[in-house]
Amino acid sequence: MDLDTVAEWSRYVVVVATLGYLASWLAYCAEAGIHSRRRRALATAAAPERELLGVTSSVAADAPAQAPSGPSGPGDAELVQRADRLGRIGLGLFGLATLALAVGVVMRGLGTERAPWANMYEFSITGALVASIVFLVLARTVVGRVVAVWAVLLIFMTVGLAATFLYVSPGPVQPALQSYWLVVHVGCAVIAFGLFTVGAVVSGLQIVSERAADRGRTTGFGASLPDSAALDRLGYRLTAIAFPIWTFGPLILGAIWAEVSWGRFWGWDPKEVWALITWLAYAAYLHARATAGWKGSKASVVALVGYATVLFSYFGVNILFNGLHSYGGL
Amino acid sequence: MTTGMDTRPPVDNRPPPLNGLELARWAWRQLTSMRVALILLFLLAVAAIPGSIIPQSDVNPLNVRDFRARNPTLSEWYDRIGLFDVYSAPWFAAIYLALMVSLVGCILPRLWQHWKAARAQPPKAPRRLTRMPAYRKVEVDATPDEVLAVARAELRSRRFRLRRPAEGEADSVAAEIGHLRETGNLLFHLSVVVVLLAVALGGLFSYRATVLVPEGAGFSNQVIQFDSLSAGALFDTDDLPPFSMDIDQFRMEFVEAGNQLGQPAEYEATVTVVPEPGAAPETHTIRVNEPLTIDGTSIHIINPGYAPAFTVRAADGETILAEGPVPFLPEDTSFTSTGVVKVEVPPEYGDDIGIQGSFLPTAYLDQNGPRSVFPGARNPEVYLTAWHGDLGLDDGQSQSVYRLDTTDMEQYEADGEPFRSRMAVGDTAQLPDGRYITFDGYVTWVNLQVGRNSGRELALVGGVLAVVGLMGSLYVRRRRAWVRASVGAEGRTVVEVAGLHRAEGSAGDRLVDEIGAITDGLLLRLGGAEGKLED
Ligand code: HEM
Repeated sequence: MDLDTVAEWSRYVVVVATLGYLASWLAYCAEAGIHSRRRRALATAAAPERELLGVTSSVAADAPAQAPSGPSGPGDAELVQRADRLGRIGLGLFGLATLALAVGVVMRGLGTERAPWANMYEFSITGALVASIVFLVLARTVVGRVVAVWAVLLIFMTVGLAATFLYVSPGPVQPALQSYWLVVHVGCAVIAFGLFTVGAVVSGLQIVSERAADRGRTTGFGASLPDSAALDRLGYRLTAIAFPIWTFGPLILGAIWAEVSWGRFWGWDPKEVWALITWLAYAAYLHARATAGWKGSKASVVALVGYATVLFSYFGVNILFNGLHSYGGL
Repeated sequence: MTTGMDTRPPVDNRPPPLNGLELARWAWRQLTSMRVALILLFLLAVAAIPGSIIPQSDVNPLNVRDFRARNPTLSEWYDRIGLFDVYSAPWFAAIYLALMVSLVGCILPRLWQHWKAARAQPPKAPRRLTRMPAYRKVEVDATPDEVLAVARAELRSRRFRLRRPAEGEADSVAAEIGHLRETGNLLFHLSVVVVLLAVALGGLFSYRATVLVPEGAGFSNQVIQFDSLSAGALFDTDDLPPFSMDIDQFRMEFVEAGNQLGQPAEYEATVTVVPEPGAAPETHTIRVNEPLTIDGTSIHIINPGYAPAFTVRAADGETILAEGPVPFLPEDTSFTSTGVVKVEVPPEYGDDIGIQGSFLPTAYLDQNGPRSVFPGARNPEVYLTAWHGDLGLDDGQSQSVYRLDTTDMEQYEADGEPFRSRMAVGDTAQLPDGRYITFDGYVTWVNLQVGRNSGRELALVGGVLAVVGLMGSLYVRRRRAWVRASVGAEGRTVVEVAGLHRAEGSAGDRLVDEIGAITDGLLLRLGGAEGKLED
């Protein structure tokens, strides 16, 4: 099998991974469905009591011990068991899909004999792989389990988009990209992209969770989420890891590479501008939290604005603008 | 809150008027406040957006020209607020200067405070340690003094800074760690200032020029030889290193097969450089990611193209009116290139000739007309049409060398149709008035960028330090720990260990773990697990 074929076949492996993510998502959805059924039952059974105590259910998904023996009693333990099994299946499929994706990414890299992130297809699958790994690490925590449903959906869409609309056949890259700078510069961008993505999912859920808590909801999606403070902290940590990587890879290494390749380290190319905008937005997020004392959904909104700029630097700039960075391959 | 009309007389609760100094102080405090810094960060981000959407003169002047041609009225408005030069517009500068002032105004006092804080003693143990977010209590047989001595050793080994106990504090040890957080933070902010200064000051001395050179031709590093030049305010043309350079060969290679067919594979210029007049010539190569640096000036390949070579002869077939390669500009990735040849003709040989043509490195003709299907020159052809009349080259107005001003010219016609000719290398066409055009072949050309980026080393150092500082600022947690030992009711020693963190984003559990680990370390040092856990 020649190298091009290896690279070409990577696509089919990625498609398999995409289906794996879809299956994983369905399993997680089924799990969430059972939990919400239980919560509804629980809420109707315990409504008067709960209102008195002012309890807002958080991390309900992880509190099977509270199952009442009242009206919803019969079969509740079994429901919990079934939900847990579905959750495990979801996680297992998630792991398998990630494994398949990793194989696809490696095949693409081997087949093209370079780092697999030189066009939008490659960047997307590698970014999705980074996000998957972050989620798998998180998936063992309470927060991570709840976030997983959304993560899997997002990754499924990214990989699916990559294998269809963003697909580019393997081949060498243009002279400007034939450089080890590509490996580090874009590599850092992919990693930061993956982390920002996870952070954005967490921040989005944080807002929903906080609103549900504020309204005293005990049922519905918001109530099924982990404590908003835990989501808040997790979102912050992910961003705090991603931000220096973004500073180092896209901005600093990008400037060095631009100096080598184009003869100026900063030239206000659309991609450069948007990398800077992203950086400023996340700097604002860190400031809002660290010094202005913004917590919770106010800060999360800033994080989502930051993520919107990340998405725009990626999709918007690659597709809409025709700058020096137009390497997307579309 | 009232939403309707308020009928009460207005209450004057405005503060008394400020005098000049107070106003300045107030303004300074506002400017260096965190809220304003936040607003400025956002404002800068938003202000950077238009420059990525609207073409910018110093990024892509050609696009600006096209935009002006398409939207004349809008362009006038854009010019008024500098939207074609966002990044050098006064309002953009105002925002980042304000941010810089805010930054400096923010850092300086913090430097001083940090200096003091870093040398201050950690605060003494609070009376009630049970109130702290992390707390452990154990009982041991060792005496309180032994326990405290061991606690000091344990905390020191964890690189905590210990408080020198004052009078009346003999029952406890107080310690603190994590000043590096603030150090890192200050380093980060200072480095950002360094980067901005390096870029701004470096820009004053930098220059960047482009020069388009056909293979076989050359240029010398002088302002008049450049096609375009942008330079900082303090740039001095006398600083230009006096080298000259000839492009001996410029090679373009493209992917020949497979699904990336036609993608550029390599551009390489072989050049002869004379570093200064009279010096021995040197041979070098320049590739896309491998610029050539001469005396601090680097020379980069920007983009390539083809220059078809023509010979234009008078109707006698002998007298050469013009000859040589003329750079054509590529219009697509297959290097379908267009350009013009302006031939100023001495009056005895007729009027001026203007040729407008396409050069197709690998020509292909279908119902959509001629075009190139591969960027390499496999089947080079030119398609041309021509005008005659007055080129208008002597009327003092500068003209683009890539456009023909046909106001005073008339297109040649043949059989009532505009004259057209399709030529392969070596072909000669006769114009309707009897003169001749020969397509002799082609050479490649390369557009080089010649320039110097002053301040880049400083900016790099600043950038790296900024990341180092940032990591300290984000990952170091500042926290305090206390150990108190007292004699309990049963005569054993009660040891309390407590901690408090002062860092953003750290979940309490890490501190609890750490306090647990300190307690365990203490017990270990006291001789195994002799303690009895109570919490
Ligand atoms: C170019 C503008 C600026 C950038 C890019 C920037 C970036 C940052 C970053 C990334 C952090 C780390 C956040 C954290 O520790 O979580 C930080 C912290 C901080 N910044 Fe800035 N900053 C800028 C301007 C300013 C200004 C103008 C001020 C003062 C008014 C300021 C004051 C602070 C303070 C006090 C912290 C410490 C937060 C803490 O760790 O408690 N910064 N900055």
